Amino acid sequence: MLRIIRYSFADLIRSRWLYFYTGFYLVLTGALFLISADLSKVIVSLMNAILFIVPLVALLFGVMVQYNTREFTELLLAQPIPRRSIFLGQYLGIATALAISFLLGAGIPFILSGIFLSGEIWNFSILLLSGILLSYIFSALGYLLALINDNRIRGFGLAILVWLLLAVVYDGLFLLGLAWFSDYPLENVAIGVTVFNPIDLARILILLKLDVSALMGYTGAVFNKFLGTSLGMGLALTILVVWAVLPVSMIRYISLRKDF
Amino acid sequence: MRRITCLILFISFLWTDVVSGTKLHVGAGQPFATIQAAMDEARSGDQVIVHPGLYRECPVVVNKSITLTGYGMPVLDALGEKEGIIIEADSVTIEGFEIRNTGYSYIEDRAGIRIKRTKAFTIRNNRLILTFFGIYLEHAKSGRVINNAILGKPLAEANSGNGIHLWYCKDIDIVGNLIRGHRDGIYFEFATQSRVRRNISEQNLRYGLHFMFSNDDIYTGNTFRDNGAGVAVMFSSRIHMLNNLFHLNWGQAAYGLLLKEIYDAEIRENVFQKNTVGIFTEGSNRIHYKDNDFLNNGWAVKVAGACEKNDFIRNNFIGNSFDFAAVGNMETNRIEENFWGDYSGYDLDKNGIGDIPYRPIKLFNYVVDQTPETIILMRSLLVEILNFSEKVSPVLTPAEVSDAMPNMHRYIR
Amino acid sequence: MIHLHHIHKSFGRLEVLRGVDLAFDRPGITAVLGPNGSGKSTLLKSILGMVLPDQGEIHFNGKPIDNLGQYRKDISYLPQIARFPENLRVRELIRMIESFRSQPSQSAELIHQFGLESVLDSQLGHLSGGTRQKVNLVLTLMYDTPVIILDEPTAGLDPVAMVKLKELIIQAREDGKILLITTHIMSLVEELADRVVFLLEGRIYFDGKPDELKQRVDEPNLEKAIANLLSGGHLTPIQPLDASSKPIKKMNGNVVQPQLKY
Repeated sequence: MLRIIRYSFADLIRSRWLYFYTGFYLVLTGALFLISADLSKVIVSLMNAILFIVPLVALLFGVMVQYNTREFTELLLAQPIPRRSIFLGQYLGIATALAISFLLGAGIPFILSGIFLSGEIWNFSILLLSGILLSYIFSALGYLLALINDNRIRGFGLAILVWLLLAVVYDGLFLLGLAWFSDYPLENVAIGVTVFNPIDLARILILLKLDVSALMGYTGAVFNKFLGTSLGMGLALTILVVWAVLPVSMIRYISLRKDF
Repeated sequence: MRRITCLILFISFLWTDVVSGTKLHVGAGQPFATIQAAMDEARSGDQVIVHPGLYRECPVVVNKSITLTGYGMPVLDALGEKEGIIIEADSVTIEGFEIRNTGYSYIEDRAGIRIKRTKAFTIRNNRLILTFFGIYLEHAKSGRVINNAILGKPLAEANSGNGIHLWYCKDIDIVGNLIRGHRDGIYFEFATQSRVRRNISEQNLRYGLHFMFSNDDIYTGNTFRDNGAGVAVMFSSRIHMLNNLFHLNWGQAAYGLLLKEIYDAEIRENVFQKNTVGIFTEGSNRIHYKDNDFLNNGWAVKVAGACEKNDFIRNNFIGNSFDFAAVGNMETNRIEENFWGDYSGYDLDKNGIGDIPYRPIKLFNYVVDQTPETIILMRSLLVEILNFSEKVSPVLTPAEVSDAMPNMHRYIR
Repeated sequence: MIHLHHIHKSFGRLEVLRGVDLAFDRPGITAVLGPNGSGKSTLLKSILGMVLPDQGEIHFNGKPIDNLGQYRKDISYLPQIARFPENLRVRELIRMIESFRSQPSQSAELIHQFGLESVLDSQLGHLSGGTRQKVNLVLTLMYDTPVIILDEPTAGLDPVAMVKLKELIIQAREDGKILLITTHIMSLVEELADRVVFLLEGRIYFDGKPDELKQRVDEPNLEKAIANLLSGGHLTPIQPLDASSKPIKKMNGNVVQPQLKY
């Protein structure tokens, strides 16, 4: 499987799209630094971009690579290699390439700015960690969507739909729900609902580093316990990892049953 | 003998301005075994010097104008049921003692040092450990409380006392004290024309500094950290608040500075950093908020209503989750020339002032006010979209809360 | 060597294989023929484990095939469409496949024979269709395996490469290998095939020597024989449609006339 990861990775890092992606983050982060010399402000702006773009790009990449390597996959399937190695290897190759691409694009300007000498290093680390986890989660979802749908237009369409759903619609319904039932105690529900959306989870994870005081203050005991202690951060991280594992095990399940 | 004493007295008058008169030494191997014995002998202007040791003679009642000096921190132990020192005469100085263990009481406000209806006192360089109330001033005038450490162990609000407690006082200086672990660090009730400078008040259950019905006071250069609320100013007028640091006051009802029904105050050059709410103000009029830094607070400023004719000028608002929240009519208030970290306008004429006004209240503020749980959606894409659309065509956010001349650059102080 | 027992496969509503029994035991070249959509590729892919049958069993060397695919080290497979990761170079692709199979490879020899030296450092995305097919052939034929499966090997090949391919195929037969080939070029079948399996709508209609097929429909020319087979008259599968009934033991060289309920 390591070989498959390596080749899938080697194939991707030569892709123009990936350079474009890295370049995009370089330009974005660099521009943010030009506009504002304030590290923490750059981190906040970058956070919005990461929560917005990483899932979308990872989804589309997952779908695209799965479709583009169909024939190549067939070539591999004819080799004496276990099926699961082929698919998990390909997925891990994509996800790792994306994660590294993101890491370089967002990281280099920060390193140049002297982040290691500043107190923002932890905020920055958690930001990068979230971006990496999101890369893994959403490229798995994209790969899975493409694996299930042989129709490419449908696959890409579903990927965009999933993104819209998790990035905006979910929160919209969430907000309406909270407003509608605002007479009831909703703290547990709110945390519960957040857990089911990896984008929200990643956001909370970053929020815990950036805005704790606001959250601490205004909300009730459950939020305080969840958001104010390391329990919240540990839990959010754990569930994010579960989120990454879940679609991967789905990929494995489907790949063992699919015809080519 | 008498003549010699007179001579010494005379010379002392010439050479010192604080200590005059005879020195009476207390302690093991000294002329006096107990403080009380020395004080019985002492006359106005004498100095009673207490050498190191543990003294169990609380309460020590000082009813003559003397100086009571501890050498090498002698300990007055109140054994859990008495007050430490009670001052009943004018012009008394207490310095260099450790006073501890007054015990707690629900019936009386037991104090480490109590100043009763006197004036011209100095309390300095003492350490008060586990006293119910630390230094208790009632009907006191023109005195100084300097460089004391008052360290309590907070239990609950009901059975904690205040670190430094002023009740009907005037012209008091409270300087350089460290107060920790009380109900209110420093408490002013009917205390006027007094000054609170360079103190550190932290980890108190309720407020770091609390004004009730107290006018014409000034506090400056203090640090208020990790209290229920940093400073609460209530029902008071003409309080000047300058150059203080309000830091890390976190919690459900935690504020850096809480203002309630106060008038004509001045709040200048303070730093509010990482508080749940930087300033919470309600029913307070004619307040000047100038040249303050609001950094990384949950809310920088929260105006709860019935606030008129206040000025918010030349403040820095940087890295706050919410810069401003306001309930009620804000029309008579002035918000100008502040620097807003979130300002995204431009300055084409290069005069350092943004060309489009900044509106610090965002739509999401309203949503959170209605349903606090929605705060979990903060900084989500949805919320950014909502805020943006509200910014483009404001419907819910009040037009009068707006800085028409936002500064383009952070004020460096 | 390879035994297919009553293989059924549907893609959705479409039944692609409807009870196929086949055995490949003896060395030689078998041409799997049939019109488009008759199930040729599906049949070959199910041997490789790429298509998983709904019913039936496939044994390779006496063992049922599995998902781990170790048995595939004895098979070389040429897929119908040669598309590779576009950003890889030819050399890397070959090295990669070699790294997956720790078997001795004759890639250098084949690269020379197909004249691919000049494109070794090109990215696969920049190659023409014919060149890609050559790369495809190199990847397939570089191992000495007892079974070789070629799905439309001639697609896009120039005449020189075609001659080369034929030589290689004949060589393989002489080496005692089992070859399964699908193609639309009947002259190739006539020239090479020792056995013809004719598939239509997922069932086997003929399994025997090319000459026997020609005799059966009374046509001297294989192409016409096939056309004749398709056009009616002789259309009867040699195996029953009903999956529950026992498969009829197939006898090489005979078109069995089954008692069929259509």
